[in-house]
Amino acid sequence: MTLAAPVGTWAHRHLLDVEGLSREELERILDLAVEMREARPARAHRSLLENEIVGLAFYEASTRTRVSFELAARALGATVVDLGIAGSSVGKGESLVDTLRTLERTGVTTLVLRHGSSGAAHLAARTTGLRVINAGDGTHAHPTQALLDALTLREALGPLAGRLVAIVGDVAHSRVARSNIHALGTLGARVQVAGPPGWVSGFDAWPGVEVATTLEDALHGADAVMTLRIQLERGAGLVDHAAWRLDEERMGMAAPNAPILHPGPTNEGIEITADLANGPRSLIGRQVENGVPVRMAVLALLAGVA
Amino acid sequence: MTRAWFGRLTDAPATFILAGARVIDPSDGTDAVRDLAVRDGMIVDALPDGTERIHGRGLVVTPGFCDLHTHLREPGGGSAETIESGARAAARGGFTTVCAMPNTDPPLDDAAAVADASGRSGSAACRVRVIGTATRGRAGRTVGDLVGMAGAGAIGFSDDGNAVPSGDLVRGILRALAPLGLPLIEHAEDTMLAGGGVMRAGVIATRLGLVGWPPPAEVEVVERDIALAAETGARLHLTHLSTAASLEAVRRAKARGHHVTCEVTPHHLALTDAWVAGSRRFAWEEPELTDGLAYDGRCRVNPPLASRDDALALMAGIADGTVDAIATDHAPHSPERKLVPFDEAAPGLIGLETALSLGLAAVAAGRLDLPALVAALSSRPAAIIGEERTLRAGAPADLAVFDPDARWRVDASVLASASANTPLLGMELPGVVRLTVSDGRLTYRS
Repeated sequence: MTLAAPVGTWAHRHLLDVEGLSREELERILDLAVEMREARPARAHRSLLENEIVGLAFYEASTRTRVSFELAARALGATVVDLGIAGSSVGKGESLVDTLRTLERTGVTTLVLRHGSSGAAHLAARTTGLRVINAGDGTHAHPTQALLDALTLREALGPLAGRLVAIVGDVAHSRVARSNIHALGTLGARVQVAGPPGWVSGFDAWPGVEVATTLEDALHGADAVMTLRIQLERGAGLVDHAAWRLDEERMGMAAPNAPILHPGPTNEGIEITADLANGPRSLIGRQVENGVPVRMAVLALLAGVA
Repeated sequence: MTRAWFGRLTDAPATFILAGARVIDPSDGTDAVRDLAVRDGMIVDALPDGTERIHGRGLVVTPGFCDLHTHLREPGGGSAETIESGARAAARGGFTTVCAMPNTDPPLDDAAAVADASGRSGSAACRVRVIGTATRGRAGRTVGDLVGMAGAGAIGFSDDGNAVPSGDLVRGILRALAPLGLPLIEHAEDTMLAGGGVMRAGVIATRLGLVGWPPPAEVEVVERDIALAAETGARLHLTHLSTAASLEAVRRAKARGHHVTCEVTPHHLALTDAWVAGSRRFAWEEPELTDGLAYDGRCRVNPPLASRDDALALMAGIADGTVDAIATDHAPHSPERKLVPFDEAAPGLIGLETALSLGLAAVAAGRLDLPALVAALSSRPAAIIGEERTLRAGAPADLAVFDPDARWRVDASVLASASANTPLLGMELPGVVRLTVSDGRLTYRS
């Protein structure tokens, strides 16, 4: 057991990306998440953020990430305002920067931003005084997802150093995949991405990333498999989904009992069989459970109260 | 920063002696330290005592710069730029001529619009030459009134912002232009092939999660147009080339004697796709990311900033003469069009006031020699539009005087442009223009 780092020593104002976080910093987030999840009484941390107002600005529809951030902020005692942007009048004719500056003036201290454009969280950090947590920007990053994935994997496998993790699916359009590549790589795991050419294009040039062109190659020897949601609206007919569907038989090529992760929501029967998604190898439920404590840890560290 | 003073082409002609400056004149290969005398706007051999003497020690004097690619945003550009402010930016950058692109609102697509834009430029701080649209309404469907616009003074034709979409239309335009002796100025880009790319395709785009712009989107149009220029014998000028492959195509076309010229922008020479990720190192330096600078909308430009390899290949094209001109593609935008997510940012950056400085940074790094830089900024682009540039006695004084070693900080408050959309803002660059003389008139002094 390592000694926890002193309170208030987190070196970053924002969480825009996993890239740039050291191994020690990643471990610190995960350790703190475990501490918060296991805390007794369960409401032990409920006044940590009592002076904070957390604004949720989701420009893209989201249920699990938004709810998870809201529960995390409330569990730490923060006031939470949800702009409810998708489908509201906010943003009508108003630029992102103007909306966020207004939010800042109303007293919001921490912004949780999801936006369809890569780099939107960087823009928010550069143009406002808000503390910014990226809850997904375009196809770029989804850092808290990668953190909860790392925690889930660590709990299932132990230390990740030297482990082989296969990420299967439309990697090119996946912010989850990009953030996992950074997180897993920093934690010492080997990362292999796999998909038909259009789904992995460009990743062969990413230092440290291995690319497999068949599902079988990707699964061979994998210690864990992360399968991504197939965006059927992105031209489903371009890909032979049957060739890329994760099923019990194909999982036989992976390491014995290798766990399966999926950022959700799943298309059961498309990228993964229902049996597998709901079977003993599946960590999908555990990923969701880890979402709240990981986001609590991030909120507390950025606020300098942990 | 010393105080800036601006003049106009309608001012009285200048008389002065610039003493002991390094004179670089590509017209006769001069590169020597000597005095340069100007009387009533003409370069003369000598002047009597008592004439104003300007200390030229440590300064360089060259023919006035000629920008083949400027967006002055008038009419219709609102507060981003006007002919007046853009011409001042030009003068402050050492330019004595700018060529205004016609993608204004409405576009400069007929003789009256070309004549009007030329007329309103008469009292500006530099010559403004006008490029007319290549197609009617810049709509890419039918050949524009090229003869009419040529009669009104257009120096070339372009649908800049877009390529002429079909080869058949390019052929029609080139056939009409061949007897006029004026070039089609082509923005070489197949937008379908570009696929909505917002930065150069490559590992940086992959990591940033931005849609990559593939080099074939440019090369394919370059090859198509060169074939048609060869077929028609007309002149083709390719704007803002950003790939080594395009440059190679131009190199081959020139070797075969076709009438093909090309320009490269300072930002495609000195900046790279790593700038989108937050680097602020020049193409000839190792990239180094700075926190907080990633996804800066001011780095969005079309064609996108090049890969490091391509930027260095373009630089080599200046040294070997394949690149005819450094042209700025000065593209002013109001701040709100840049303060948006990267993929929503309006493409383009201002360049008139930083072109020389970026060139001098390359010279200081040993990537370019000063006479080649001067020729690419002055005499060679001028020749493409039929203007002469020489510092010989008897010629009209048209020149730039700059201190190549003095440094300045790029700051919105010192820029003469009405806009400040450049990622160079806040950086310190070499090269301060001291004097610009356009058509015998002092247009800028600092």
